[in-house]
Amino acid sequence: MLVVGLTHYLVLAAAVFCIGLFVMMTKRNIIGILIGVELILNACNINLVAFNRFHGGSLDGQITALFVIVLAAAEAAIAVAISVNFYKNLSTIDADRGDALRG
Amino acid sequence: MFLPAALAVLMLCAAPAWAEDASAGVQRATGGVTEAVLFYVFGGLTLASALGVAVSRSVVRMAVWLFGTLGSVAMLYFLLAANFLAAIQLIVYVGGTLLLLIFGVMLTTRSPWARFEARPAEVWSAWAVCMLLLVGLTALIGRVAWPAERAEAAGFSIAAIGRELLTTYLAPFEVASVLLLVVMIGAAYLARQEN
Amino acid sequence: MSQFAVPWRDKGPLPLNTVGRLTVRIAILVYTLARPVLSRFAGFILLSAMFASVLLAWAVYGLFGYVENAVRDAPGTVADFQAALERSSVPLASVVAYPLWPLQYPIVRDVIGLCGVFAIILLIPMFAIWWERKVAGRIQSRCGPMRVGGWHGWAQSMADGLKLVCKEDLVPSDADRALFLVAPYLAFVPAVLAFVALPFGTYWVFRNLDVGLVFVLAMLEVEVVGVIVAGWASNSKWSLYGAMREACQMVSYEIPMGLALLIPIMCVGSLSLTVAGDAQSGGWHTWLAFRNPFTFVAFVTYYIAALASCKRAPFDLPESESELVAGFHTEYSGWRWCLFFFAEYAAMFVVCGLATAMFLGAWHSPLPASWAPKSDAIWAGAIRGAMFGGPVWFIAKCLFLLYVQLWLRWTLPRIRIDQVLHACIHTLLPLTMLLLLGNTVWEVLVGPGDVLFVVVNVLMSIVGAVFVLGFVAIAAYGWWNRRRLVQPRGWKYAVDLLKGS
Repeated sequence: MLVVGLTHYLVLAAAVFCIGLFVMMTKRNIIGILIGVELILNACNINLVAFNRFHGGSLDGQITALFVIVLAAAEAAIAVAISVNFYKNLSTIDADRGDALRG
Repeated sequence: MFLPAALAVLMLCAAPAWAEDASAGVQRATGGVTEAVLFYVFGGLTLASALGVAVSRSVVRMAVWLFGTLGSVAMLYFLLAANFLAAIQLIVYVGGTLLLLIFGVMLTTRSPWARFEARPAEVWSAWAVCMLLLVGLTALIGRVAWPAERAEAAGFSIAAIGRELLTTYLAPFEVASVLLLVVMIGAAYLARQEN
Repeated sequence: MSQFAVPWRDKGPLPLNTVGRLTVRIAILVYTLARPVLSRFAGFILLSAMFASVLLAWAVYGLFGYVENAVRDAPGTVADFQAALERSSVPLASVVAYPLWPLQYPIVRDVIGLCGVFAIILLIPMFAIWWERKVAGRIQSRCGPMRVGGWHGWAQSMADGLKLVCKEDLVPSDADRALFLVAPYLAFVPAVLAFVALPFGTYWVFRNLDVGLVFVLAMLEVEVVGVIVAGWASNSKWSLYGAMREACQMVSYEIPMGLALLIPIMCVGSLSLTVAGDAQSGGWHTWLAFRNPFTFVAFVTYYIAALASCKRAPFDLPESESELVAGFHTEYSGWRWCLFFFAEYAAMFVVCGLATAMFLGAWHSPLPASWAPKSDAIWAGAIRGAMFGGPVWFIAKCLFLLYVQLWLRWTLPRIRIDQVLHACIHTLLPLTMLLLLGNTVWEVLVGPGDVLFVVVNVLMSIVGAVFVLGFVAIAAYGWWNRRRLVQPRGWKYAVDLLKGS
């Protein structure tokens, strides 16, 4: 337990992933769901960087994590824009209210 | 009230320094104890902040707990000898994505205390599924025969990251730039004021 | 006295136990006895305190160097440490080994270094606040603080700090209490963390991060989160408007700030602040601001973007007292407001520190470092520190840039938020991108050995020297004619007025 190895980081990342999944499943606020997505992406990043540190002979893990961060920022921007539109149209940010398809 | 806060601030300020030292192998003489202690501290902080996100009822509090999670993960990156990535995580994730989420919260809330929660049945079933997944993943991680680990972190310089981005990863780099441009235009269009 | 009745419950005087009352009595006694001496010799005491702290810092630095040189491997017992000290011919090794033995452990050195960082981050805002009030006073033809502590009110900041700590701790009843309490720390801690990576000299840095610049920029950006949370948690529309405007402004201006800092990085080739500082050690012409016109304009652009990022005038709309009460810290009083203020002034200093490190030669003097005496003796070290570079030069340059910030605040009018954002997106950002492009082309086509490079370098150095000497000349003229300039009808009129009173 004292010498920290790869499996410690993997278990931590798995825990954060599961918590992110829980947040995505239970929150009804769209921004809350987005926060869950960010948790999941962070868990994946921890995995990538841990593998890079303990197994990597090249920088693949870190660069992939960099791209994940960039893409997470991009999708958060679009998702926030969509949720702002949602709020404008339906006057609520509750995801369960968006259940009517309008022609 | 004041003294523990001051001590906590003091320790927090030393944290990235110690993490970076531990990753650079300075503390190897003590058998990697510093690295272990820092891992448990920051890992514990990450888990606690993530649990805070899950448990919070108001979205703004969730965003602040997310800030804690992102900061702790950045310290973990320092520990994993990914200095550049840690700094980029702080700038882009905390100073960009989190800020965006907070702005989104403020633009879409009627009152600070509005909360709508899932039904208890949903919460329990979600909790059960996540626990099942966590147990399954942990068991899987324990069972895999991982190849030999590298004890010292390979010293990659930032110049190496730059070189990789411009040689091996040139195509994803350019595609990401175009994607960011498209995202900027799309987000500005989607969130425009209707007259 | 019913006209002084307050609508809230009066909690009475500050409840103190015996120790508290004793401390207050002793403090009052000491102050009453010391005040005549303090007021009379305040200037002398201040100067000697500054000199003593400089000596202390230098002594600790030398001590750490000795200990690190003496002990190359793992920390050992006192006997091992004494033997190692004797090997490196440290005088009085047997006496000195006992108290210095804990210094072997890096964690002890780290804690002492952290205390130094904390001392800096507490003293610099106090000094900056006092100096701002003096500068504001002088610009407005008045004196500024003059009473507290004697010589020009030097203790005004300490008195203000004491007053703020003793104030009642107010939390609005409708506010989000937990976030309200946490927000000042969210704004203050990043400012402290930025000092962890800021170098005051080649080895005068707490941790020499190889991503130092990006780390400091990240810390300046994390402060925005604290401000927004403060504005939100106050549950008041003035706070929220101030917070939103401030976040918008700070985040927008981070872009030209970062891009303008990329330009000297391109010239240096590393993200580390110590490497950038060491690259400017060859004298006035090697300072990165005077390398080519692109870096010069980049310095000005960075400074303006940094002004806006620190919410300093003319971009201080988030804190505009006449418009928004007090912006995002309207509901904060006492110690928490003090933390916000400290964070702001610390951020100002960090921003000036970045400008100095990247553009103005970091801790080097205008003289080339190759002219410095090279021996290890103490007198050589003193000459090197005084004339050729060292932490004192770094702090002096930072304070000069800080002075320019204070000067601009009390001279220029405030601009509107749409003008602020227009200036960022329509002016500074295209300008910075053009500079980046220009500098790239310049560095690629005109390398450091070229004749054109040297000619342009010399020209820009002359331009820079003209600016600095011009500033000194104008300041000297203003100081020499200070009475005449304040009184437009001639200083004899002022002297007659003074005689008559």
